Amino acid sequence: MAGITLDNLAHSYVAQPRGPEDYALQELNHEWEDGAAYALLGASGCGKSTLLNIISGLLQPSRGRILFDGRDVTHLPTAERNIAQVFQFPVVYDTMTVRDNLAFPLRNRGHDEAHVAARVQEVARMIGMQDMLGRKARGLTADAKQKISLGRGMVRQDVNALLFDEPLTVIDPHMKWELRTQLKKLHHDFGHTMIYVTHDQTEALTFADKVVVMHEGRVVQIGTPQELFETPAHTFVGYFIGSPGMNLLPAEITGDRAVVGGMPVPLGHAYGPVAGRVAIGIRPEFSRLSDEGGLPVIVRRIEDVGRHKIIRADLLGHDISMIANEDEVIGPDMTRVVFDPAHINVYADDWRVAPRAHNGKAA
Amino acid sequence: MEKTPNQKAWFLVLPVLILVAFSAVVPLMTVVNYAVQDSFGNNVFFWEGLGWFEQVLTSDRVHAALGRQLAFSAIILAIQIPLGVAIALCMPKRGVWASVCLVLMALPLLIPWNVVGTIWQILGRTDIGLVGHTLAGLGIDWNYARNPVHAWITVVVMDVWHWTSLVALLAYAGLQSIPQAYYQAARIDQASRWKVFRYIELPKMQGVLLIAILLRFMDSFMIYTEPFVVTGGGPGSATSFLSIDLVRMALGQFDLGPAAAFSIMYFLVILLVSWVFYTVMTNLDRAEGK
Repeated sequence: MAGITLDNLAHSYVAQPRGPEDYALQELNHEWEDGAAYALLGASGCGKSTLLNIISGLLQPSRGRILFDGRDVTHLPTAERNIAQVFQFPVVYDTMTVRDNLAFPLRNRGHDEAHVAARVQEVARMIGMQDMLGRKARGLTADAKQKISLGRGMVRQDVNALLFDEPLTVIDPHMKWELRTQLKKLHHDFGHTMIYVTHDQTEALTFADKVVVMHEGRVVQIGTPQELFETPAHTFVGYFIGSPGMNLLPAEITGDRAVVGGMPVPLGHAYGPVAGRVAIGIRPEFSRLSDEGGLPVIVRRIEDVGRHKIIRADLLGHDISMIANEDEVIGPDMTRVVFDPAHINVYADDWRVAPRAHNGKAA
Repeated sequence: MEKTPNQKAWFLVLPVLILVAFSAVVPLMTVVNYAVQDSFGNNVFFWEGLGWFEQVLTSDRVHAALGRQLAFSAIILAIQIPLGVAIALCMPKRGVWASVCLVLMALPLLIPWNVVGTIWQILGRTDIGLVGHTLAGLGIDWNYARNPVHAWITVVVMDVWHWTSLVALLAYAGLQSIPQAYYQAARIDQASRWKVFRYIELPKMQGVLLIAILLRFMDSFMIYTEPFVVTGGGPGSATSFLSIDLVRMALGQFDLGPAAAFSIMYFLVILLVSWVFYTVMTNLDRAEGK
């Protein structure tokens, strides 16, 4: 296992990139800790698969270096990087038995049969397929095939990292949950460095220690699920994570107070001068419908999703969402929205502005 | 729901039955008619029973033609299938050159059979033919009209030239349908080029290759026009395959009875082979879909 360092990494699929817009992956510096589980989260086409393929060596980056435990592997072919990758569609060798599938990477590397047999037994136990070893891989279910491709990755003991490229896309919903739990357990038991690409926030947040959110070829935030939820570093993170996403309202900021449409909104922290396109971001979970205080809203519709209600409303021409408890009564006189000051974030040109320290006193 | 018995729907099948009757059943029955009767002309027929079938089955001449036919089909399959797969593996996967290759490959398939025969008849001539003249220049006494080996080589090379493209195109389509992830996984597993072919490409091409083998077997088993144009079945009867022999028997010697019996058995053999292939292929699909 290894820590992975990305050093000034950038990639363009165009031979002669002219500007930043030609890059599928914008310049990126990052250190991936040894033994941690990361999720790369982003919408389709945001560059997350590009990044994964650069790490696995299936793609050569246009610029920058990639290091495993300090060793430069930028120009090493995939086979010499000792990584394992599980793809979106399960890759198994149809004509081989499950046993031969699991043994394949070891036999190709010339390990002796006794070692191969021992490792295959061990991995089969890890992925729970001991009683299927003699079966042909053809005709197995998608989740069994995906387990085999995972097993082929883990059968090598010296594997530097396990990479997953949206591995649960073709798996039935009830098996998704089981496989994800199993992955999490394997990570817990064996401590492989794992990088997991997905566009599903639930998958990312439940699987990973750290989630890397990507947007338009750029890493916009790396953080724990809690950090992503409470302090989204970019409006995209606020919008992409959470259901529904964060509310965004254009505002002016003066000290510990924001002004939205001429009306004051108290903030939990004080801010220095903020320039650019300024907005405040507040999650629906911290927005409450009320009959007094706050800002005026017109309720458009209420969606009952079982555990809670989602209130969709119009605030001075902006769409906002609020979350109310299942048993909360929503009366006709409730025409105001109140924000929890502690959970309001301030954004300038889509990036989060850090408040001044000590709640109001200049840092 | 209560169902009332109603047989009127059968009338809807009637047009098809009539069509099939006139396009297949009636012509086939005239052949059957000839196969079990004898005639001395004037439309007077005598019942012959299975006599013609017996005669054809025990005829040394038919046995020899069948032997030549099987040898020919075996040779062209043994050449065209591996060659076609090899060509497909070498073709570019995408880009302009992929299209160019596809068009070039498709060209021989578009040429009519008798034109192909004519082309190779001329190519093989030592006086004006490019191939024949070159071979003669190399000191080989090339003569496909007199030397049976030369005749066979010409006919086989001609068929390979004409039909390998079909195998290559089918194999190419099979290769194109393999997701890129398989190759990437193989690289990660450090599989050699041979293993990629053996464990990824070949299993994925299995279906199309079976179709290719079936098509090429049937076509070569029924081949008539090209060898007829080039060698006329000669020298002697060296390249008289089943069809050529059949036509010679039916139209050359006017032995309609044995020729009809021969036709029916020929037809049954091809039907049998197709059925076997069909069974094998559907079984494979079932195994795949499990």
